[in-house]
Amino acid sequence: MPQASPARGKAAIERAGCGACHTVPGMRWPQGQSGPALTGFGGQGLIAGRLPNRPDLLAAFVRDAPAVLPGTTMPAMPVSETEARDIAAYLYAAEAR
Amino acid sequence: MLNAAAIPVLDPAGPYAGSITTLSWILIAMAIAVLAVVVAALWIALFGKEGLKARLGGTSAIWIGGIAFPVVVLSLLLVYGLSLTRNLTAPVPADAMRVRITGEMWWWRVAYLDRHGRPVMLDANELHIPAGRPVVLELESNDVIHSFWVPRLSGKLDMVPGRRNILPIQADGPDVFAGQCAEYCGGPHALMGFVVVAHEPAAFEALMAARRARRDRAASPGSMLFRSSGCAACHRIAGTDANGTAGPDLSHAGSRRSIGAGILPNNRGTMMGWIGDSQSIKPGNRMPPYKMLSAAELEMLAVYVEAQK
Repeated sequence: MPQASPARGKAAIERAGCGACHTVPGMRWPQGQSGPALTGFGGQGLIAGRLPNRPDLLAAFVRDAPAVLPGTTMPAMPVSETEARDIAAYLYAAEAR
Repeated sequence: MLNAAAIPVLDPAGPYAGSITTLSWILIAMAIAVLAVVVAALWIALFGKEGLKARLGGTSAIWIGGIAFPVVVLSLLLVYGLSLTRNLTAPVPADAMRVRITGEMWWWRVAYLDRHGRPVMLDANELHIPAGRPVVLELESNDVIHSFWVPRLSGKLDMVPGRRNILPIQADGPDVFAGQCAEYCGGPHALMGFVVVAHEPAAFEALMAARRARRDRAASPGSMLFRSSGCAACHRIAGTDANGTAGPDLSHAGSRRSIGAGILPNNRGTMMGWIGDSQSIKPGNRMPPYKMLSAAELEMLAVYVEAQK
């Protein structure tokens, strides 16, 4: 993901509160259990079990999941397109710990 | 402003009141003309010359003035009056807005009806209508005989227990019109007024939509789920029957910046996650996890709480 920054992505994840539902690698709190854990995302085959795991799709899903995957539980989140790309970059870069 | 004594009765603001007012003026003019003739005849009978008196009392004067003139004039007036006011009894468009107004001692029930005649919005003592369109009123009474009268919009029509009388009204432009019960119904009958507010059609639609939206919010699926899930046992939302005090007051939760006591941003996602399993976010807090709720239900609740600004 050119120009995307995993470091900025981590800050955006904290700002948006993704941890309320997801366990995010590299984050001690919160580790919400409502949604799937996001550890090892780089090796995962599908996004939400349905979409091919491509960076552009992941960024779009992070920002407005119902738009790319109607019926999904995950709601649209208050992040910009840049932030969504940063978040995707963080998820791919972060290692499961 | 809406003092009954100040209601103008000869100042029509729509076609139904218009034809009645025109007929009223014609009748008043006729009555004045006839009165003038009678007074003149009386003057002649008392002070006139003998020749005029004799002619006034003659057979031809009786036939012409006493029989032919009234028969012709009154017959013409009847035909003219009926044709002038035929819009009062003409069928109104089937898609016209219908409202049932029920007289009570000493106020009015107002029920806006859908096209099947079912009440869809209840109100009292005030009626909102779109200007420039006919509105059909179904007039009923729950106790004694009342009479519905908004002089600038139509004639008066009795509200009789056990009957439904139909009265069309129409306002040509936006304005506020006063009404008054016009049949003595006991006690404070004279203080049984009514208000009709006519809006531009677009403004009227906006008003009705806003009312429906307010009501829908009150009875939204989210609010019902909030109640049936037991949220109200611990949380209070002002203006609803949710009045629990064990947990945070949610009356303005939608406008708060954070949730969980300043620990997470307040957005749709964090709210759903908190409601579904706050224990994974804030272990040991007093709110139980609601893992039995579906994703759609979590979202409904989050939307409802968001709306509590």
